[in-house]
Amino acid sequence: MFAYIVRRVLATIPVMAIVALFVFSLLYIAPGDPAAVIAGDQATPDDVERIRASLGLDRPYLVRFGAWVWDIARGDLGVSIFTNLPVSTMIQQRIEPTLSLMIVTLILAITVAVPMGVVAAWRQGTTIDRAVMAFAVLGFSVPVFVVGYMLAYIFALELDWLPVQGYTPFSRGFWPWLQNLILPAIALGSVYIALIARITRATMLEVLQQDYIRTAKAKGLGQRAILFVHALKNAAVPIITIIGIGLAGLIGGAVVTESVFAIPGLGRLTVDAILRRDYPVIQGVVLLFSFVYVLVNLAIDLAYTLFDPRIRY
Amino acid sequence: MALLEVDALQTHFRTPDGINRAVDGVSFHVNAGETLAIVGESGCGKSVTAMSILRLIPEPPGKIAGAIRFNGKNLLEATDKEMRAIRGNEISMIFQEPMTSLNPVLTVGRQIGETLRLHQGLSAQAAEDRAVEMLNLVGIPEAKRRVREYPHQLSGGMRQRVMIAIALACNPKLLIADEPTTALDVTIQAQILDLMRDLKHRVGAAIVLITHDLGVVAEVAERVVVMYAGKKVEEAPVHALFNRPRHPYTQGLLGSVPKLGSSLTGEATRLAEIPGLVPSLKQKIPGCVFASRCPHATDLCTAIAPALEEKAPGHVAACHYALREGALAA
Repeated sequence: MFAYIVRRVLATIPVMAIVALFVFSLLYIAPGDPAAVIAGDQATPDDVERIRASLGLDRPYLVRFGAWVWDIARGDLGVSIFTNLPVSTMIQQRIEPTLSLMIVTLILAITVAVPMGVVAAWRQGTTIDRAVMAFAVLGFSVPVFVVGYMLAYIFALELDWLPVQGYTPFSRGFWPWLQNLILPAIALGSVYIALIARITRATMLEVLQQDYIRTAKAKGLGQRAILFVHALKNAAVPIITIIGIGLAGLIGGAVVTESVFAIPGLGRLTVDAILRRDYPVIQGVVLLFSFVYVLVNLAIDLAYTLFDPRIRY
Repeated sequence: MALLEVDALQTHFRTPDGINRAVDGVSFHVNAGETLAIVGESGCGKSVTAMSILRLIPEPPGKIAGAIRFNGKNLLEATDKEMRAIRGNEISMIFQEPMTSLNPVLTVGRQIGETLRLHQGLSAQAAEDRAVEMLNLVGIPEAKRRVREYPHQLSGGMRQRVMIAIALACNPKLLIADEPTTALDVTIQAQILDLMRDLKHRVGAAIVLITHDLGVVAEVAERVVVMYAGKKVEEAPVHALFNRPRHPYTQGLLGSVPKLGSSLTGEATRLAEIPGLVPSLKQKIPGCVFASRCPHATDLCTAIAPALEEKAPGHVAACHYALREGALAA
């Protein structure tokens, strides 16, 4: 088990190296010249050339890549072209809102979607089941920003239950913090909930057909113990897998959600950086997201062993 | 009063192409401490009968009618809560497939202890201690280590021993064993049967043994019910059944078992078989259900269903001609 963890952690190195190469290259080949943008409308070609040299953009591709990787390895993500602040500092300033949004969404999605899927499978073919499935289809097909604006309109503007937008740091208290995150989490989580609920239902339907469920019933166990202990633990592996896969979508969705609800997080930082062609910031954020994704996948692989003793590494 | 009285049990299933009469008016009883075997071919309704007793049939599409009296209480009128208190506690069940009947993600100890905690209110620790005792009782070596293992770490025979341990943990009054040895190797089959016989004497539980294996019946049963196409066609004490089967179907079943000393080569000793298949349970058959395959069938058999009649003390059969000795012994 320990050897497996070490192997998996080491295996993330080449993965991250390839990700880094892509991140670096994508911006290298993207249209638009950051030197020209910084120089502004009045600049002469000489000015642009001077800025390009000062940014090191005139050096060969591989040299720049090597230097970039070396800097990152030492924890230096570069300096923003626009704010002149270190990228790592900018990310630190913006990470709390995004992390908060992700965690609240994740908890909300799992606590809502898993019981939904379980009950739908148990009551297969009934109105409850159909309602869950209808919700799942709806959750898939309505885009995040539509759900976001609708929620903001109904619960913030009309009913005035929750704030329209913005973010309150956790240090100012749990409830103020959560208040600002409820609507964004629902908006961001709707696709995620739909996905998890569907997979939970499908997996549970299969598990409930198994002989050991009949055994559990013959032992005199109640419906809740049968569903949530005997069946759900067997359904856990596919459900956890989809939670992990969905997390990638969540990262993309966070960018949109933060824009809709004016949350000053990494998503907003990314969008702003892209609009300004702030290369070091874009690279830093994308690299961070990739790293988180690789880590989450590692955590999921390890979590399998908690739920299914037949899986051994 | 009998421990279990099944009276005119009907278990029907609604299917897209009509009603499947899996069990159609079966009656029998089991006395305390007795072993009753229910035998018949695949699809004759014996497993459905077993599942109906504990009401493990999903309803709908299933529908159970008649009466199942356990200690005088009709289980078909019991609430879900009352049924849960009986399942695994007063009546428990062993299934045919030891490989799939245990939950793969829970430890063996947890699965044995679960019934104890549920029905006897034991603490987690007490339940585990008792689980170790149960594993010892069913002959699993290193029980202390095994309670923490998962089903996939055990062989098929071991798993069936675990199933028996689960079934007997709460000292049930009745154990329903649905083909408990069918999925096992022959040598393991004998061990499991020995174990069941041994434990039955220790625990004093009555057993309803569902099987198609007449060898098993001869070894462990005291009385036998023969089922065919959802109906009981014969019931007798085990010796009477083997010595003088009255119903042509039972005779056919016994004829299809090889006898010790008979040569397996040569035309003369060819194993007898019953021609044809069990009729579809979706149509009502006006006459005798076995008429279409019976070598002795007459117009009377296809027209009028024979009632169960006592042909000898404690020996009933549903056949118009079963009294005419010699005529059927052909």
